[in-house]
Amino acid sequence: MRTISFDGVIVGGGGAGMRAALQLAQSGYKTAVISKVFPTRSHTVSAQGGITCAIASADPQDDWRWHMYDTVKGSDYIGDQDAIEYMCSVGPEAIFELEHMGLPFSRTEEGRIYQRPFGGQSKNFGEGGQAARTCAAADRTGHALLHTLYQNNVKNETVFFNEWFATDLVKNQDGAVVGVIAICIETGETVYVKSKATVFATGGAGRIYASTTNAHINTGDGVGMALRAGVPVQDMEMWQFHPTGIYGAGTLVTEGCRGEGGYLINADGERFMERYAPNAKDLAGRDVVARSMILEILEGRGCGPDGDHVKLKLDHLGEEVLESRLPGICELSRTFAHVDPVKEPIPVVPTCHYMMGGIPTNIHGQALTVDAAGNDQVIPGLYACGEVACVSVHGANRLGGNSLLDLVVFGRASGLFIEDALRQGIEMRDASATDIESANERLVALNERNDGENVSALRKELQGVMQNYFGVFRKGEFMQEGIKKLDDLKERIDNVKLEDKSNAFNTARVECLELQNLFETAEATAIVAEARKESRGAHAREDFTERNDDEWLCHSIYHREGRAVSKRSVNFTPKTVDTFQPKVRTY
Amino acid sequence: MLQVSVYRFNPETDAAPQMQEYQVETGGKDLMVLDVLEMIKAEHDASVTYRRSCREGVCGSDGLNINGKNGLACITPLSDAVKNNKLVIRPLPGLPVVRDLVVDMSLFYAQYEKIEPYLQNNSPAPAIERLQTPEDRAKLDGLYECILCACCSTSCPSFWWNPDRFVGPAGLLQAYRFLADSRDQATDERLAKLDDPFSVFRCHGIQNCVNVCPKGLNPTRAIGHIRTMLLNRAA
Repeated sequence: MRTISFDGVIVGGGGAGMRAALQLAQSGYKTAVISKVFPTRSHTVSAQGGITCAIASADPQDDWRWHMYDTVKGSDYIGDQDAIEYMCSVGPEAIFELEHMGLPFSRTEEGRIYQRPFGGQSKNFGEGGQAARTCAAADRTGHALLHTLYQNNVKNETVFFNEWFATDLVKNQDGAVVGVIAICIETGETVYVKSKATVFATGGAGRIYASTTNAHINTGDGVGMALRAGVPVQDMEMWQFHPTGIYGAGTLVTEGCRGEGGYLINADGERFMERYAPNAKDLAGRDVVARSMILEILEGRGCGPDGDHVKLKLDHLGEEVLESRLPGICELSRTFAHVDPVKEPIPVVPTCHYMMGGIPTNIHGQALTVDAAGNDQVIPGLYACGEVACVSVHGANRLGGNSLLDLVVFGRASGLFIEDALRQGIEMRDASATDIESANERLVALNERNDGENVSALRKELQGVMQNYFGVFRKGEFMQEGIKKLDDLKERIDNVKLEDKSNAFNTARVECLELQNLFETAEATAIVAEARKESRGAHAREDFTERNDDEWLCHSIYHREGRAVSKRSVNFTPKTVDTFQPKVRTY
Repeated sequence: MLQVSVYRFNPETDAAPQMQEYQVETGGKDLMVLDVLEMIKAEHDASVTYRRSCREGVCGSDGLNINGKNGLACITPLSDAVKNNKLVIRPLPGLPVVRDLVVDMSLFYAQYEKIEPYLQNNSPAPAIERLQTPEDRAKLDGLYECILCACCSTSCPSFWWNPDRFVGPAGLLQAYRFLADSRDQATDERLAKLDDPFSVFRCHGIQNCVNVCPKGLNPTRAIGHIRTMLLNRAA
């Protein structure tokens, strides 16, 4: 097997990966991005409404501490306050950098970046009413962001391995991460990509659910690789169901629609969020809105012949606002819902959207594990940023517009830290031939196996189990049943059949490897969801309906070995502001 | 049963490409073309190869030639494409085929990179954003939304003929996106690099690009603006 060597290797060419890559490329270190799709095809491209940050355009008095307060509250108090402080305070600098790179933000009359209201936003620590803090490029902010980052990587001559798929981490005899095994999809060649710093920016895994806003490519590759390499994952029970996925198709309709004045109605035409969140109404936290929608449906006030969705009303905003502020939504709605939002409301239903959990990291992107004594230990050589990481700024529920900020701020932070570490010198022992072979075992086994089940059927079954047993509302006995079904799937997915063994652009092979990553993600989710016996943020249990701060004001940690679940402390010690103490969370 | 005909070519085993026929049960639903390909891959033949990612028309992965017209499989409904119960799916024309419906996009990307697709402004950056009026920002609408799917350039006879020297509609749309940006200071350098008989002037206004763009963009108009800027510069 050929070895290719770099100072830094970034796995994933979405927003986080390309922001980290840009930082490293500018530093002059030999950097490569491995992306299974051409970078502008990454899922960041689908982000719509914007990037939340206190740049004080809409409100000159705006303060990053207010954004921090909202984010801590939104997280239902298990977001790490040092990380949230870092994200919210560094955010404006990171946004202005993007603008200087050319990101075509929408503008105010003053020529500043346009900001719109989003859910969970307040002024003055929840006391000053709704804030407008989400910086937008119409409703195509992710597209504008991703293309801008790609363009600037082109400018800085970053090396891209496009349409290469990383299969597993390579660790040396000391347990340090020293690169990845990767397949060139076009030729089928497998290589060892050696690196002093390996950054996972592999994105989410929404495809574990049958109904998702996520792209086909969101298959939890980073989570799978991490777990197989003995790296734990954190808060995997916390999955965000976005209130407004288009009914039937699952495609996303931005929260910006409600930010611009749209609202949800039930079959009676009632604006039901007024009952569930009297103050914030349709702009309450996403978890709150999604649950309210499901309750409306369960109580018989859903729309359509099966009463299984609600509607998002936008027509009162007028054609001009819709076409200028939400042009992409008009397009998506016409294509996928066959509804023109200028005239009729859009049928919507809560849809899996975002993985709050992931690889635990510190604010420098360094991946962490927890030792037997319960202390954090840095995993040498491994970093993570963006959706695959759990730094954790989102805790149990992410606020809209915070994912783009997360990936830019922590992609940048990872790059800055690695640049510094490289300058000081990173010494790690080389991987032995056995280390490399053992990392390549999964791929070899897949290539050699001639029996087993079909990848599509297995994937469909897995997605069905997750959808039915680990959705918006959860219950212990159902989850235990779901775990049994996953147990049954485990060996079948381990032994998935690859019929087509050819080398040239073999997407069937990639899909088999992705399925195994989906399974790792799903299993972690299931085990931890069953273990967390309370309701917090996106994790809503019918058998434990209350938040239990005495036992569960903490992160969950999941190790693949023995499917062990443990607890990890939440950081409550920001550096420059007082701790935000847990309170009852209402909107 | 929908009759689907898919272009197949595996360089490892096939001497020549061929069309393969599938009968797909759509249940009478107005699916997207991508849904049909997913059904073929899942239920008929896992070796059928194509690119896909977002499945909502924003990532630009699945540009294909569908019943003779370039478009994105994920947002082309069968009702728009199917004639006489027949769906013919081929790779985008004019680029080398890697396998089945996957084409080698290197030339397309090279033309994109050639126009230096990034903002150039050497004045010191302010502590906040550079200001831009809503009117100046509006000049980027219809330009920045390009998703690099290559439907336009691969439907352009001028690009088929000179893919190495004619920048093509996608690249030129992005060239104009930066020429039109009030924050960009490299207008003259950008125009100088485009000022030859091939880069821009091979556009003959055929407008296939406009006809196929899945985002409703108008590269021909952008090329017209560049042409005017080049002529004004020469005058």
